[in-house]
Amino acid sequence: MEETGRAARFWIQAALLAAVAALAGWLVFTAWTNIGRLPVHFGLGFLSEPAGFGVLQTLIPFDEKSTYGRAFMVGLLNTLLVAAIGIALATVIGFSVGVARLAPNRLLRAVAAGYVELFRNLPLLLILFFFYFGVLRQLPPPRQSFEFGGVILNNRGLFLPDPAGGGWLVLAALALLAAALALKSRWRIFAGVGAAIALVSALAMTHIVWPEARGLSVSGGLRLIPEFVALVAALAIYTAAYIAEIVRAGIQSVARGQGQAAAALGLTGLQAMRFVVLPQALRLVVPPLTSQYLNLTKNSSLAVAIAYPDLVSIFAGTTLAQTGQAVEIMALTMGVYLTLSLATAALLNWQNARVRA
Amino acid sequence: MKRYGTLYCALALMFFCTGARAGTLDDVRARGKLNCGVTQGLAGFSSADASGNWAGLDVDFCRAVAAAIFDDPSKVNFVPLSSKQRFTALQSGEIDVLSRVSTWTMQNDTALGISFVGVIYHDGQGLMVRKKLEVQSALELSGAEVCTNTGTTTELNIADFFRSRSMPYRIVAFEKSDEALKAYEAERCDVYSTDASSLSAQRVKLAQPEEHVILPDLISKEPLAPAVRQNDPQWESLVRWTLFALINAEELAVTKDNADKLSRTDAAPGVRRLLGAESDYGRALGLDKDWALKAIRAVGNYGDIFDRNLGQQSPLKIERGLNKLWNNGGILFAPPVR
Repeated sequence: MEETGRAARFWIQAALLAAVAALAGWLVFTAWTNIGRLPVHFGLGFLSEPAGFGVLQTLIPFDEKSTYGRAFMVGLLNTLLVAAIGIALATVIGFSVGVARLAPNRLLRAVAAGYVELFRNLPLLLILFFFYFGVLRQLPPPRQSFEFGGVILNNRGLFLPDPAGGGWLVLAALALLAAALALKSRWRIFAGVGAAIALVSALAMTHIVWPEARGLSVSGGLRLIPEFVALVAALAIYTAAYIAEIVRAGIQSVARGQGQAAAALGLTGLQAMRFVVLPQALRLVVPPLTSQYLNLTKNSSLAVAIAYPDLVSIFAGTTLAQTGQAVEIMALTMGVYLTLSLATAALLNWQNARVRA
Repeated sequence: MKRYGTLYCALALMFFCTGARAGTLDDVRARGKLNCGVTQGLAGFSSADASGNWAGLDVDFCRAVAAAIFDDPSKVNFVPLSSKQRFTALQSGEIDVLSRVSTWTMQNDTALGISFVGVIYHDGQGLMVRKKLEVQSALELSGAEVCTNTGTTTELNIADFFRSRSMPYRIVAFEKSDEALKAYEAERCDVYSTDASSLSAQRVKLAQPEEHVILPDLISKEPLAPAVRQNDPQWESLVRWTLFALINAEELAVTKDNADKLSRTDAAPGVRRLLGAESDYGRALGLDKDWALKAIRAVGNYGDIFDRNLGQQSPLKIERGLNKLWNNGGILFAPPVR
């Protein structure tokens, strides 16, 4: 009896596998024959042809003579930049709001609850348009820029002091500092010392270039275009509302007695949160947090609506329209998002396994 | 939803590419409707009113094709497409005719598996700036930030124009032209650029149109043309000669109102050939011999269509300019029906 059941299950699964394989084969075959029928040249050769268009923001040198392949890299890096900064900001805001939702102070609780309800219940595209068009309209033209402490703000962007030459060191210092806060005992000391070294060498090596308003434009400084600022702000604020709820749920899942016991031991509220409650809450928080990070990365493809030159805008947009290689370009673009998502998931699964251990 | 249109089209290309084979006319007849790709809304060319009725030059052209086939201009499904969806939608067979302010360029004509049938509107890319900038010519725009929409030749033309004159520039490219215009209005950009005809239509949408000026320079030539798939020569001829019939009708002074009468009277031979009263030019297209009469009776001749949608009878009041007939000071020219 047991044996026949097992055999039947085996054959059902084998048949299912064969059906899926046949479907996949049929799809590939159909696509192949249909593409063959069109007088379109199929392949990735177009990636080495010159693109001919300009891009608003590029992290690597790019001009009109650069190739479509390089345009792909430019778009990819712009997507990664938005995703990385968006995730960092969303985490900080989300954890703060999540903890604030359970604060003893009633006003703080109400503000946090209002934040979550407001942003969780609005469509992201609307928030994006609000931050872009709503804020852009309020900003002055370059001649009447706002200036405060070396920072210039107008409707062409936010101009920050530029740590010329030492930018990577500053980033490294920040990353090591974050690691120092997250890691334990011995490693924390190493990371802390590393951060200090990076920061000191950054200060020694760089001369800060301050932005200067000159007539119609601003010269020098690090320019953040309005499209970037609006996109990061909208993504971070929207996703933070979900993260806040996840954090709140995680904290509430820790037995009340834990907090009371911490208080009985003489820990302050913040200490109890930091050393007793949060470490236990994290076990519940990390898996759903992963989904939110993935959502943020994927949602960053809304960029095209407000002219931020991300992968979808430059590659699945401009490049597609100019070359007409729809199948290749969509496949590459989907491949990128899939890889990014799987990589993020793998990283957080690893972290999750560590937290549970 | 619209953002996934291209993806959908690419998938459609993988699954059912049934449209991408010969016999488009049979497919259209079997379906009972012509699938016509148009813009998502561009006054004068293709735009839908509140109750979903489409109007415009590109729309009337599709109605003319439908009338030539079915003797009924209402047998058209209008499919609104973004500029990056349009060619894929045509390739995959989602639409039969692309009548969507698309520029006839070598790349578009030769590398995408589609063919352009003939110029329906001779356009050029223009630039709009705020009057207070006191700019007289495009050559004074060094360092400008330019708002436009992505997925069209406009991005390339701007790059060519500024690059060839060694003028620095920055391009801010939006998915939709309405957002590009809004950003320009919020002073994000110094310049708004698109085809000159659309520029007039877009300027009317601004809060204070009189504070903006369209520069006299045209930085490109944009022959706008309907397109079909390359693999069905008979269908290509049908669409091409519908366009030529509308232009020839204007040249021969055949209008919506007098077409029926002229086909029955002893008019000039050229008129009789066009309207199918003498010899059968429809058979080679797979149509009846009075195919052109049906099209003209439905939408009028090219001049009527232009005036109604873009010219003096429309809010846009665009001059015919280059789009006058060849014997009237323009370059609009159609080969003869004979």
